[in-house]
Amino acid sequence: MSTPFYVSPQQAMADRAEYARKGIARGRSLVVMQYADGIVFVGENPSRALHKFSEIYDRIGFAAAGKYNEYENLRIGGVRYADLRGYTYDRDDVTARGLANVYAQTLGTIFSSAGEKPYEVELVVAEVGSSPEGDQIYRLPHDGSIVDEHGSVAVGGNAEQISGFLDQRHRDGMSLAEALKLAVQALSRDTNGTEREIPAERLEVAVLDRTRPQSRKFKRIVGRQLARLLAAQEPATAPTDAAGDESEGPEAPQE
Amino acid sequence: MEANTRSTGRLPAAFLTPGSSSFMDFLSEQSPELLPGRRTLPVVQGAIEVPHGTTIVAASFPGGVVLAGDRRATMGNMIAQRDIEKVFPADEYSAVGIAGTAGLAVEMVKLFQLELEHFEKVEGAQLSLEGKANRLSTMIRGNLGMAMQGLAVVPLFAGWDVDREKGRIFSYDVTGGRSEEHVGYAATGSGSLFARGSMKKLYREDLTEQQAVTLVVQALYDAADDDSATGGPDMARRIFPIVTVITEDGFRRLTDAEGADVARAVLERRMEHPDGPRAELL
Repeated sequence: MSTPFYVSPQQAMADRAEYARKGIARGRSLVVMQYADGIVFVGENPSRALHKFSEIYDRIGFAAAGKYNEYENLRIGGVRYADLRGYTYDRDDVTARGLANVYAQTLGTIFSSAGEKPYEVELVVAEVGSSPEGDQIYRLPHDGSIVDEHGSVAVGGNAEQISGFLDQRHRDGMSLAEALKLAVQALSRDTNGTEREIPAERLEVAVLDRTRPQSRKFKRIVGRQLARLLAAQEPATAPTDAAGDESEGPEAPQE
Repeated sequence: MEANTRSTGRLPAAFLTPGSSSFMDFLSEQSPELLPGRRTLPVVQGAIEVPHGTTIVAASFPGGVVLAGDRRATMGNMIAQRDIEKVFPADEYSAVGIAGTAGLAVEMVKLFQLELEHFEKVEGAQLSLEGKANRLSTMIRGNLGMAMQGLAVVPLFAGWDVDREKGRIFSYDVTGGRSEEHVGYAATGSGSLFARGSMKKLYREDLTEQQAVTLVVQALYDAADDDSATGGPDMARRIFPIVTVITEDGFRRLTDAEGADVARAVLERRMEHPDGPRAELL
């Protein structure tokens, strides 16, 4: 048996990060965005059964890009965490912040333990508040860091480019149809800048709608409702180029 | 284990282990002490004095099913609570009403609701109505030890069967024995004898939703009339039965005002005919 080569910790971490990032980049991107009545999740997903977005708890939704079996595992862990916590204490005691922390710890531990392969996933945990000010969106990259996002966020392959596109055009108080169209527009842009068409049946769309009377705010948007929203004729590209690009958010998150 | 999830620690391994879609299964492995029915009780002499819930009634109609309960909880010969709620949504398309030991029953409902929600979230699909009814059966069976000591929980389960497109009612005994009520109506609890007699005479298969609501309120009135543990409409305090309707549009609880209107209409007729509407002799 030969003596193992010395690898510096920096190099080891960089390699692991590179490995995880490559895995995530193979997946299709998705967008999570605030709109007037809540938070909308939009992604390209040819499968109708294997979801990228799902409900975790009353006001909390989950979105993930990367390796399906790994994020599915984390999703179920999150549902178990939320349900157990809500059952032990109260439904109000389950928060996106708490869940994001648990995910961050979990991902962080896996990332830095030499024995385990790092997870090739990037997660978004979002909680809809009773008003837009109360909305929370957390992005969790593969290494277990947490980024508190405002307005819009993209994860997956093209994330940086899409985020940039959205940061320019997203504004507070958009209607659902407007937000949805902007998200689809962002997702349709390829790395080299050309646009392609994403047909409605390849889109997975879900919302956390604060106006829903039920306590469970998560809802999938499918079929006719989706088609109607996509077709809705509104000031198509209202915020043209330069005008009103700075979102009113307290701080514009930059990547 | 459980302490880990309270702070900001990593998810315990059990959380990330592939397993069943049942929250109850997860709970029994992770925190068995939180499961109702998993307790050993000391041997006691006679019945334990705790609040009991009483009469629950249900009736189906073309297009749905109604489930209703009175508002009285008793402890021995005392009225423990006048405005207790004994009918709960189980999920979007079903509801459960509870008679028996109130504390345990409410806990059981809470776990049952979570069981259905958990399955739905994990699997991305709802359990069938049969599946839901069976799950409730298992929970009651788990409570058998306590039932033997006088702490029985006997629910009534009703829901809209999305596949068969009709309302269905399931009743239970303390051992978890489950039976579907094909006659279209059912009752459980101490006043159920009288409620069932009342519905037997008034029930028809072609009731409208509004008539079905009136029917169950009549039945609850009759139960309260003859059973001291069942509470009638309380005009002075404005406490009226809780009535829920489940149709293909999902679960709906009648608002206080709607419930009060039906109760008041029934009550007004009873002022003239205390025994209620008459059925034909032949």
